[in-house]
Amino acid sequence: MGLLNLFRRKTFAHGVHPPEHKDETAHLPIRRMPFAPRMIVPLSQHFGAPAVPLVHVGQEVVRGEPIARADGFMSVPMHAPATGVIESIQLMPTARGPKTEAIVLKVHPGAEQRVLYGAPRDVDAMTPDEIVTAVQDTGMVGLGGAAFPTHVKLKPPKDYPIDTLVVNGCECEPYLTTDHRVMLEYTDELLAGIRIAMRVSGAKRAVIGVEDNKLDAVEAIQRKLPEDGSITVQAVTTKYPQGSEKLLVKVLLGREVPSGGFPYQIGVVVNNVGTLAQLGMLLPQSQGLIERVVTLAGPGVKKPGNYIIPLGTPLRFALDYVGYEGDATHIILGGPMMGNTVASLDVPVTKGVTGIVVMPEQERAPETPTIYPCIRCGRCLDACPVKLNPSQMGRLAAKRLYAEMQEKYHLNDCFECGCCSYVCPSNIPLVQYFRIAKAINRERAA
Amino acid sequence: MTPRIELRTSPHVKSPTTVAQIMRNVVYALLPICAWSVWQFGISALALILTVTAACLATERLFNWMGDRASSLSDWSATITGLLLALTLPPGFPLWMGAVGGFVAIALGKMLFGGLVYNVFNPALVGRAFVQAAFPVAITTFTPAFAPNRFVEFIPTTLTPPLQIPPSLTEWIATLGIDGFTGATPMGQWKFEGVVADTTSLFTGMATGSVGETSALLILLCGLYLALRRMMDWRIPAAMLLGAFITAGAFFLLDGDKYPAPLFVLFSGGLMLGAVFMASDMVASPVTPAGVWIYGLFMGVLTVIIRYFGGLNEGVMYAILLGNALSPLIESVTQPRIYGARKREAGQ
Repeated sequence: MGLLNLFRRKTFAHGVHPPEHKDETAHLPIRRMPFAPRMIVPLSQHFGAPAVPLVHVGQEVVRGEPIARADGFMSVPMHAPATGVIESIQLMPTARGPKTEAIVLKVHPGAEQRVLYGAPRDVDAMTPDEIVTAVQDTGMVGLGGAAFPTHVKLKPPKDYPIDTLVVNGCECEPYLTTDHRVMLEYTDELLAGIRIAMRVSGAKRAVIGVEDNKLDAVEAIQRKLPEDGSITVQAVTTKYPQGSEKLLVKVLLGREVPSGGFPYQIGVVVNNVGTLAQLGMLLPQSQGLIERVVTLAGPGVKKPGNYIIPLGTPLRFALDYVGYEGDATHIILGGPMMGNTVASLDVPVTKGVTGIVVMPEQERAPETPTIYPCIRCGRCLDACPVKLNPSQMGRLAAKRLYAEMQEKYHLNDCFECGCCSYVCPSNIPLVQYFRIAKAINRERAA
Repeated sequence: MTPRIELRTSPHVKSPTTVAQIMRNVVYALLPICAWSVWQFGISALALILTVTAACLATERLFNWMGDRASSLSDWSATITGLLLALTLPPGFPLWMGAVGGFVAIALGKMLFGGLVYNVFNPALVGRAFVQAAFPVAITTFTPAFAPNRFVEFIPTTLTPPLQIPPSLTEWIATLGIDGFTGATPMGQWKFEGVVADTTSLFTGMATGSVGETSALLILLCGLYLALRRMMDWRIPAAMLLGAFITAGAFFLLDGDKYPAPLFVLFSGGLMLGAVFMASDMVASPVTPAGVWIYGLFMGVLTVIIRYFGGLNEGVMYAILLGNALSPLIESVTQPRIYGARKREAGQ
């Protein structure tokens, strides 16, 4: 569908164009948010094993000091977001729902923003393996939302030689502009991070993919690219979900990540621009990840913008700081297409939080829209970037034929981007059906 | 201050298009065609369109009531069925027969399957097939377009009392003083008399035919509206017309004396209306990208073959009904290749 697509910039097939709403924050410089009086640092903010506390209740910690260590290779440490005293280590609410173990830190009044912990070092003099260990010590995870440990991504299994680093600057979710601002304001750090990632992974070249609604970022990066052409930047069509790593790899390199596989199997490592900029900042200083850039936006936010927020800041504090409408009923962590709503404002900002989007009652889709049966209009097939058949899977889900959804219709290849639910004129919550189906299949397999 | 927080699963934004909106737009797209038919055939066409649509709506409501369900009239689909069915009938078709057709279309074509989206066939065509079998004479009795008194006087057959056989029109047509009208459509004239009508008058809608099938141009424009608003899959009518054109073209090249020019085939009879508004019925057509092309081409080819070699002069209705029947099969063999599919799975 869509004859016009032939004449546009590089892109993938299908996808959707939800209203972007990026204008309200894209032009605003990143600002720093003050410390909340009390920080909550969950031990599991990442994909992998939870960190193990290194501190005891009552212990004084300095901003940047490690307070929990990684538990094995598939894990990352945590660092103190502010100078203060450990108040407790207890179960606290998280965005995902169930309470998990967290270190609660009482921040000293007047605690300063400077990070005293850590010391400069020469990354160029380190071996790739030393860098991998150093990356793990920073506590870095994918800041694009997946929170997958960065050092694991940079060191794929030995049998897979890496030739290309793909740097993801698409930021296709509506409202979010953190990557955009980081590319503009931390261009040098980004390029430093890219060089580190290339060295560790062995990639000979790096390609930065940026959606063409951020051409100022493309220009900013272009001005600072090295002469040797090893790093390039490529504008791609603004279309959701362009920022999905598998789609971006296809668009930039023409290679497809095999179904159920990982990019390293086709010689590619993908990292988000925010992750690499942060890495380029922290690694030469031997510092840990203690804060991140978060977009606070949505119709319910009074002072929208991008803020550097210490990890562990409760949402209540962050939202009070920017001000929000009283009738706000949906607090979304991440963007509105894939983000999760939270049940409690005591949930802290964690490593994977890209944005906090506040939707008041009248702005969002109605809570219980009339769900019509599938009229087989085919919009979901034309939207699905993986080229699945959501229409058919939705009908199977209604009949609870979950196994057939996987066997015949590749259910597990769905990465839950939400395009099918977004376009469905019958208001069928297709993605939700698929999440449930996957969970039930997993349970049955176990 | 703690807001009243509600939990909800992503995505949290939604495209504004709804089922009712799509169906309403189909109705909008059909209105100009209805207007043209009233201009062409007068109050008889108007009465027929209103009667058939009312019968469809009443039937749908009756089934809602019998099934103890909420009214489903607001999704507009019964209105579409009514309009489409009326547009496929001859202008002087007795109103009571039209009402029977409307009842059958909704009752047998849709509600017995479970209502909207559960029907296997296009309901309007189910109704059309029924009246074709039940009233073979009335459905092939055509009257001239642009009759002088068409806005004040009904075609005599229109007001036939229920369960009565409609009167012969021969005398009435003679009083109109229209020369050379034989009571046949351009399709019929070609099939049984070997007369090929002027393609331009077929295209613009000056010739006679069923109520809404006469102007290929108008149907195309209305279809274009739907396609541009993305309320219709343009590939299906495109494939069906392409299939018909290629098949008709092949026959024309084989024997230009025996078979008419392909453009005549495209613009005559119900092909245009069927391709644009009935074959594209979402519920009864495949959803896969390759599937819609195969489905459309199949119906196009079949239309021409039935027209040329079948006992009837019109093949669109049966071609589409057969296409509907094959739709699930076509869909199951044309599942798209997914991103990252490994080679051995790609053929699935």
